[in-house]
Amino acid sequence: MHAVVRRALATVIVVLALPAAAGAQPGVGVKAKTGKGLYAAYCLSCHGVDGSGVTSTSHPPGVLDVHGLGPPLKGVGALAADFYLTIGYMPLADPHEQPRHTKSPFDDREIAALVAYVASLGKGAGVPHPQPQRGDISRGLSLFTEHCAGCHQVVAEGGYVTNAVAPPLHQATPVQIAEAVRIGPYLMPTFPASQISDSQLNSIIAYVQWAKHPDDRGGWSIGRIGPVPEGLVAWLIAATALVGCCLVIGRRFQR
Amino acid sequence: MIRAVVRYLDERSGTAPFLKKALRYVFPDHWSFLLGEVALYTFVILVGTGIYLTLFFEPSTATTYYTGHYLPLRGHEMSVAYRSAVDLSFKVRAGLLMRQTHHWAADVFVASIVLHMLRIFFTGAFRKPRDLTYYLGLTMLIVALLEGYLGYSLVDDLLSGMGLAIGYSVLMSIPFVGGNLALLLWGAPFPGKPDFESRMYVAHVFLLPILIATLLGLHLFLVAARHHTQFRESRRTTEKKVIGIPTFPGQAPRSLGLFFAVAAVLFLLGGLIQINPIWLWGPYHVAQGTNGAQPDWYLGWLIGALRLVPSFDVTIGHYTLVPNPFWGGALFPLLVFLILYLSPWLERRLTGEYGFRHLLDRPRDAPWRTALGAALFTWVFVVFLAGASDRVFVSFGVSYVGQIWVYRVLVVILPVVALFATRRLCLALQESERLGRIRKQAEAEARGEMPQPE
Ligand code: HEC
Ligand code: HEC
Repeated sequence: MHAVVRRALATVIVVLALPAAAGAQPGVGVKAKTGKGLYAAYCLSCHGVDGSGVTSTSHPPGVLDVHGLGPPLKGVGALAADFYLTIGYMPLADPHEQPRHTKSPFDDREIAALVAYVASLGKGAGVPHPQPQRGDISRGLSLFTEHCAGCHQVVAEGGYVTNAVAPPLHQATPVQIAEAVRIGPYLMPTFPASQISDSQLNSIIAYVQWAKHPDDRGGWSIGRIGPVPEGLVAWLIAATALVGCCLVIGRRFQR
Repeated sequence: MIRAVVRYLDERSGTAPFLKKALRYVFPDHWSFLLGEVALYTFVILVGTGIYLTLFFEPSTATTYYTGHYLPLRGHEMSVAYRSAVDLSFKVRAGLLMRQTHHWAADVFVASIVLHMLRIFFTGAFRKPRDLTYYLGLTMLIVALLEGYLGYSLVDDLLSGMGLAIGYSVLMSIPFVGGNLALLLWGAPFPGKPDFESRMYVAHVFLLPILIATLLGLHLFLVAARHHTQFRESRRTTEKKVIGIPTFPGQAPRSLGLFFAVAAVLFLLGGLIQINPIWLWGPYHVAQGTNGAQPDWYLGWLIGALRLVPSFDVTIGHYTLVPNPFWGGALFPLLVFLILYLSPWLERRLTGEYGFRHLLDRPRDAPWRTALGAALFTWVFVVFLAGASDRVFVSFGVSYVGQIWVYRVLVVILPVVALFATRRLCLALQESERLGRIRKQAEAEARGEMPQPE
């Protein structure tokens, strides 16, 4: 009985929240400066009152297994809030779409306020302080190949994974990389310290930083993803040039 | 001076009459006949750069640790093969230039064979008596694909290892014989015995190049013995008479120029555009991989086929009779090559033309052949495009699953569209030509001239 009522209620909230979620555009109309105010304006529609989440089993699964508009935020901590906000994943425009790396609509002060507010909702991990300068690039390459390259490609150029894109990592900051590894956003697995230690994480970050400008011997690097652009060059540049040569050299002799 | 040398050689070899004939050999005068020469010269560059690489590459899977200057690989465990390829790229003088030129040449080699083949196909040059020449050409294409695949696999970087894993699974998927064949080649379940590396090496630097060279020799011999085909360019051209330019002074300088052009393009690419940066991929260890690993373009159609075939296995009880990779990885290429091999025979059967054909058709002159060819190559091309769908998704955001379904539809529809559209186009071209002729004739008559006999 209770469950039915709760489900019905949740559905109502979901239905009511939909237009609000779509309509909430930061910077438009809202003048809130406190974390709580910002949260109420931009996050509440999906994450519910006090970060209790807007979930319902009757709602078709949106992002991953999140049935509803947004998962609970109690206990996700400053770490998750900082990551999702600085990288521009949140506020999400459409709960059925994968969050994408964009410029955050909030300024630094607003982000700090929101992070503090989300952190205050429950006990959770704080923002990490990785030290990639202590890492070892070579070790990082091994670890990256072992844990990350299957999704993010070995030079961190990104790739397709079932139903999602594993984004290129060239825009991510060291802190964001450290956060992503501990959170496992979207389809990405979570890597706890028992699997990747903090010092290993430093090496991974050092490698990812290095991979932004890797050693490009051999000339123009055409994307560093291997044969697809190479095939394009082979046909569009080489084969075209050679057919052109044939046309020029093989022009009919005047008779 | 030259005279003296020639006399010296002739007196000792008696080849002057043959040389004389060769120098007077008449080449048809059309640019498309040079495509085969591009393939030939690319092969020459491949052999040249390849020999240089063999001086430094060590085909061994023995374990070693990298201690060179390249930071990200420092201390990595790797095979001697991979390390020698990295050293070849970083330490050996002109090593990277040669490696890159070799790899570009491989990509261009297959591309030029394909272009040459398209010319042969769409002008009907494969008809009797040149069908044998055509079969040799097709066989060279297959050997070239294999040769390229081995070259890609030898290096033992991350991409090589993943490519071999796919090759292994495709071979294993062949019903009844696959498992045994794979064991025979690899010596043990994947990644196989260390001998496998030496087997690949021997095949790559010796067996297959010799095979290509032999087939090439026969191919060229047959071309010369049966003489080139030619287009019907004027009334002077007939099935019997050959019109064109002699080897010397016509074709030889032209051909030499083409050789330099090919060499220039390949070495420029090798020096200016990065290809297969193995130091970025890192060494291969079993069960490791990277997203978006792809074969070189000429095997992209097989990856495309593996992606497009819906996932199902043919099983009897618990026994998997035909594992999924068979359809895309083995059956599809076999089918395509079977059709290509059968084309001359099929054409003879279907048209009832069993005689010798020395004159080429323009594509429009044989609408059915052109249309069927267009359908076949469209089919292969759509599958080929599907092979890059993951990169299209990452680069342009077009849904991957959506793309695959679109390709599954296109792969059926586009060949049919190509078939009818091409035929219509050929007929329309013929018709407009006919009208043009009639108009010219009418104009001539109006001016009171005698109509020209066609
Ligand atoms: C349109 C609905 C929507 C809006 C608006 C929205 N979110 Fe989210 N949020 C989601 C969804 C869906 C997820 C789960 C995404 C994922 O796992 O990648 C999520 C995940 C999160 C997470 C990570 C939770 C975890 O378990 O690690 C945080 C933190 C977060 N949101 C904060 C915010 C904040 C702060 C705002 C307001 C600025 C906001 N969100 C606005 C839908 C929304
Ligand atoms: C199963 C595949 C998978 C694996 C393995 C994986 N990731 Fe991810 N990663 C993803 C996906 C998918 C996203 C996008 C998340 C989103 O959009 O919410 C992502 C996002 C990220 C981001 C944020 C990038 C941005 O700019 O948006 C970072 C940083 C990251 N991953 C680092 C790592 C590192 C480091 C590892 C290895 C320890 C790793 N990932 C392993 C799939 C994966």
